[in-house]
Amino acid sequence: MSSLLRLATAGSVDDGKSTLVGRLLYDTKSVLADQLDAVTRASVDKGLSTPDLSLLVDGLRSEREQGITIDVAYRYFATPKRSFVLADTPGHVQYTRNTVTGASTAQLAVLLVDARKGVIEQTRRHAAVLALLGVPQLVLAVNKIDLVDYDEATFAVIAKEFATHAESLGYRTGSVTTIPVSALQGDNVATKSGRTPWYTGPTLLEHLENVPVAPDPHEAAFRFPVQYVIRPRTPEYPDYRGYAGQIAAGTVRPGDEIAVLPQGLRTRVERIDTADGPLDEAGAGTSVTLLLADDLDISRGDLIATADRQPRVTDELAATLCWLSAKPLKPGARVLVKHGARTVQAIVEELTARFDEQTLSSVDSPDSLALNDIGRVRIRLAEPLGVDDYTDSPRTGAFLVIDPKDGDTLAAGLVGDRFP
Amino acid sequence: MTTLEPTAGPAIVQQDNLAALESEAIHIFREVAGEFDRPVILFSGGKDSTLLLHLAIKAFWPAPVPFPLLHVDTGHNFDEVIEFRDRVVEKHNLRLVVAKVQDWIDDGRLEERADGMRNPLQTTPLLDTIADNKFDAVFGGGRRDEERARAKERIFSLRNSFGQWEPRRQRPELWNLYNGRHRPGEQVRVFPLSNWTEADVWNYIARENVELPSIYYAHQRAVYQRDGMWLTEGPWGGPRAGEEVQDLTVRYRTVGDGSCTGAIESTATTVGDVIAEVSASRLTERGATRADDRMSEAAMEDRKREGYF
Repeated sequence: MSSLLRLATAGSVDDGKSTLVGRLLYDTKSVLADQLDAVTRASVDKGLSTPDLSLLVDGLRSEREQGITIDVAYRYFATPKRSFVLADTPGHVQYTRNTVTGASTAQLAVLLVDARKGVIEQTRRHAAVLALLGVPQLVLAVNKIDLVDYDEATFAVIAKEFATHAESLGYRTGSVTTIPVSALQGDNVATKSGRTPWYTGPTLLEHLENVPVAPDPHEAAFRFPVQYVIRPRTPEYPDYRGYAGQIAAGTVRPGDEIAVLPQGLRTRVERIDTADGPLDEAGAGTSVTLLLADDLDISRGDLIATADRQPRVTDELAATLCWLSAKPLKPGARVLVKHGARTVQAIVEELTARFDEQTLSSVDSPDSLALNDIGRVRIRLAEPLGVDDYTDSPRTGAFLVIDPKDGDTLAAGLVGDRFP
Repeated sequence: MTTLEPTAGPAIVQQDNLAALESEAIHIFREVAGEFDRPVILFSGGKDSTLLLHLAIKAFWPAPVPFPLLHVDTGHNFDEVIEFRDRVVEKHNLRLVVAKVQDWIDDGRLEERADGMRNPLQTTPLLDTIADNKFDAVFGGGRRDEERARAKERIFSLRNSFGQWEPRRQRPELWNLYNGRHRPGEQVRVFPLSNWTEADVWNYIARENVELPSIYYAHQRAVYQRDGMWLTEGPWGGPRAGEEVQDLTVRYRTVGDGSCTGAIESTATTVGDVIAEVSASRLTERGATRADDRMSEAAMEDRKREGYF
């Protein structure tokens, strides 16, 4: 059974991102006949001899793109080895919002640069956002390599500069891959190019198929936000009381000692249930139902965690926000914080710093955060939450900031002090 | 200068593709059950809504599914599908709300179209029924791989009090933290199958042994051709003069209003056959043969029909 890789793209439209995504869809035979026909016709109309693959992506978008300035589209392709969900973050690269949205679920990001331009401001900004969100694997696709005559030296300079930048963001060598491609000509996308004999690495598609996806670290502490209490009250199951949710981190086995937060209750896991029968063990990402040894008062929003490594319970958060709303954030703002399955009222007490993605430096005590700003804040919560630092446990270190008036999502929040 | 530390990354253990999609869909069902007052599952008896129901049953097992089903009935049904719908409802002890387009036509709230198609007429009964029942979350079987507009739609898709999608008001969807906040009168359409492809749907149906209406598999049927599609005889006005009825071995890729849901010629009698056929159709899609045209029109029809939801 094939595995699933979730990836995001980043980079300017001018860098050929649409063509690259189109090329990936085309070369993995993920394009329907009617779509290809339309692209071929449009290309002929433009006087081109071969189909312009960027139209495959741009054409798909056009209807909805009208009136939407910033948005993400999801695309699907598969090879015999893997299935892919690609969060396609369109142009307007000055906005970090796209990248934040796409990267929040990505296990890998493909960052594009134009071989003629090399690493530019936007490349550095996007790489910083990807590092902030903890995307474990980066691919730098040095595109339009045909337009620099497949020059090895040009590629080497860009690869080295990016490696240095990525390293300063905390990326280790093994988690960054740089590939010379021509999305237009198809070089090193799905087919190894004869015109870059100096490049001995994998094609982009080979890399996507084979890259080891950072598994949940074996030692990660067990975290389980309680989503829903299952109480059938049916003749067959009169006393059944199960706590349903998706494991956010770690693994769980029957017999494990657990704590329920924020109350601080302790008990043992008696059984891990699914509709297909009980499990001996379940790991992160799996939706299960836990039956516990004691009859405790547990409800939606509580967090079940391994008893010996618990999250901290706090009513004050030091956190980083990626501000996604056109309404600016000012100190004293009343908001809602959604963390796991719990939503609590909160006040943003203080804006500690605003981050500059270019210089990787910060400005202290800004007056406000505007759309796409990344900032450090201190948030006071009306009720305590059990939280981890995002760096230790992304799923229990992440939260949404919601506008209580209209329900809009205002910001992506990351718990912790280790960010700018 | 502050240095950023990348983390271990999203804590996702690599499950196989279908297991990961299943876990995600179950998470979405439970999230809606936890956050909304009156959810409902749109159920036509087709493969996507049957899959939705299958996943809902798994999400709440051993408790019953805590939502009713809603079928917008155009009146142009395949008997096999209605029989299947009623059998499934009875088997799982579910509550079924049926909004019959005919009722809206009978009392003048809707007018029959000149072409007899009732697909476009479904929207009003749907929205009226949502309002009458005060449903606040409406599950649909839509997938992002189906059509262009869908590629941009969120898993939780906010609709205004007219039931309309406002692309400008789409919320960013971050991690697996779904924002279901809405104002009174607004509703949220929820798509647990967003990240599934047609191939995933069929592979999962095979793996879970999900029963579907019999018309999804090859059978003998009296059909006539209109606009390149094989339509079956029925109350939707066919065949017309000059449309010749033939006995063919066909199956349906999608079920819905009989006036515009075409059959394809096929000998696929098992799920395995269907999967093979779907894979093969991908290959031939590269060359535009005649059979191919018919195939992609059926796919197009699939999208158009489901686009209403």
